[in-house]
Amino acid sequence: MAELIQGIPIMRPYMDQDNQGYWDAIKNHKLVLQHCSKCDRFIHPPRPMCPSCRSQDTLEWKESSGKGIIYSFIMFTSPKMAYPAFELPYAVVLVEMEEGPRISANTHEIEPDELQIGLPVEATFADLPDGQTVLWFKKREA
Amino acid sequence: MLQEYVDRKYRTDNKPAVEANLIKDKVAIVGIGQTKYTRDSGRDELDLACEAIKNAVDDAGLKISDIDGFDTFILDRLALPMLVNSLGISNIRFSGEVSGGGGAGCAVAMHAAAAVATGQANYVCCYRSLNEASGHRYGRGDDFIEYMPVALTPNYAYSWPLGFVTPLGWAGVWGKRWMYEFDITREQIGWWPVVLREYAQNNPDSMFYGRPMTHQDYMESPMIVDPLKLHDCCLNTDGAAAYIITTVERARDLKQKPAIIAAASESCPVEQEIQTVYQRPIISGLVETWYAGQELYRVAECGPDDIDVAQLYDPYSIGGIIQLEELGFCERGEGGKFIEGGDNIRIDGKIPCNTSGGLLSEAYLHGYNLVIEGVRQIRGTSYNQVKDVELSLVTGGPGVQSSGIILRR
Repeated sequence: MAELIQGIPIMRPYMDQDNQGYWDAIKNHKLVLQHCSKCDRFIHPPRPMCPSCRSQDTLEWKESSGKGIIYSFIMFTSPKMAYPAFELPYAVVLVEMEEGPRISANTHEIEPDELQIGLPVEATFADLPDGQTVLWFKKREA
Repeated sequence: MLQEYVDRKYRTDNKPAVEANLIKDKVAIVGIGQTKYTRDSGRDELDLACEAIKNAVDDAGLKISDIDGFDTFILDRLALPMLVNSLGISNIRFSGEVSGGGGAGCAVAMHAAAAVATGQANYVCCYRSLNEASGHRYGRGDDFIEYMPVALTPNYAYSWPLGFVTPLGWAGVWGKRWMYEFDITREQIGWWPVVLREYAQNNPDSMFYGRPMTHQDYMESPMIVDPLKLHDCCLNTDGAAAYIITTVERARDLKQKPAIIAAASESCPVEQEIQTVYQRPIISGLVETWYAGQELYRVAECGPDDIDVAQLYDPYSIGGIIQLEELGFCERGEGGKFIEGGDNIRIDGKIPCNTSGGLLSEAYLHGYNLVIEGVRQIRGTSYNQVKDVELSLVTGGPGVQSSGIILRR
């Protein structure tokens, strides 16, 4: 799954002051989530203010366990709506992390017929030839 | 978070007083116009827009020089001065461009209504012009590759680099979750596009006129992005549509029976994204549609049982069916059963829906064709006319900041 076609680059994420830390961590093979130290609440996507306590100086990065379950998923099966850098079919999973936020990503070593809501997965990282590092999810023991 | 939605209890104590609403019953849609809906117009968007606007002005019994305001929403290629120059209008006193893309399908009418209700303009023209079939297709992933090495905005960073570039995919994620939570079957979903195609067979302006589709055709159509099949997806359209908004008082001197705005609302509940609405406690519902609907019912002082006909913005069939739940036409999670066999949304059904063929079978004019059909149902001039329409509901797109209007006689 998530087999990339050589020579066609995938898009890079747009970085700004709020999400830079998230992408920098992925570069270092870590999944971090924005967290408000005052509310003890995880927030995703990252933003400049905690939407619970409206504080702008209590936001920090906390490393995620990397573990979650598939909350939903889709499968690109037709070139009509797919992105040409990926071999068909390819999946995108929405993973509910143990910490609460739901992260979307491609999969690693999960066959199409193994994909199901509730499947336990964990984060894994890959350094691509174009210099990008990407987050994928693979199966784990429950 | 989103307590009103989770409890299914819309608070009224913290909303503006209904009696103070300057749009309710005081503003109307008085003219409608469109071009042919085709797969290749051979003309540019400005050309198409001028034709649709001229048709809307003629329909109202106005002159182009009467127009003193324009409104649209984002992702439009026309700049206001281009329109003003081509139409030869001396001066425009009001213009607007609402955010939210198709979600703003009805917000545009609300903004134009606010302008005429507050005396900022006399006649505001709302317009949309697209060459999405022959030109750039917003919803098609591989169009991006030629010019987009970096995902457009920070929030797209969590989708586009994954090859997750199309609204169909983004919506498929919450659609799949809805199917999972409520045991919705593909057979059930298929009735939405099948009934819309039936409506299109009576509408010679629809792009699928003369091309019927059975439920079996639907079931045999290819999967595009699992869980969505080809016939779950809206059309690509070249064409333009426009309508004119003014006060009910001015409408009395015009040619057509006015479609009076009983209520109009936008909605942008917390954790809204552009289709990738994944952080809410519930993702198997359309929170933005629920909020827009609740506000419409509050202001129009009616409920779902009072609505005679509905045009629901359906870029994909699941978006239409879940809106039936969120607008109270059936219980949450019952959309699959409600749609089974199709009778509930047919012309004599509980709530006739998308009676021109909608976005799946008439045209994908970003919801403007739905507003126009909503007006026709009030006038009594639809190709699929519902009997004795008192209240006609139209919604903006799901999965984004959204909107809706209720029109009345």
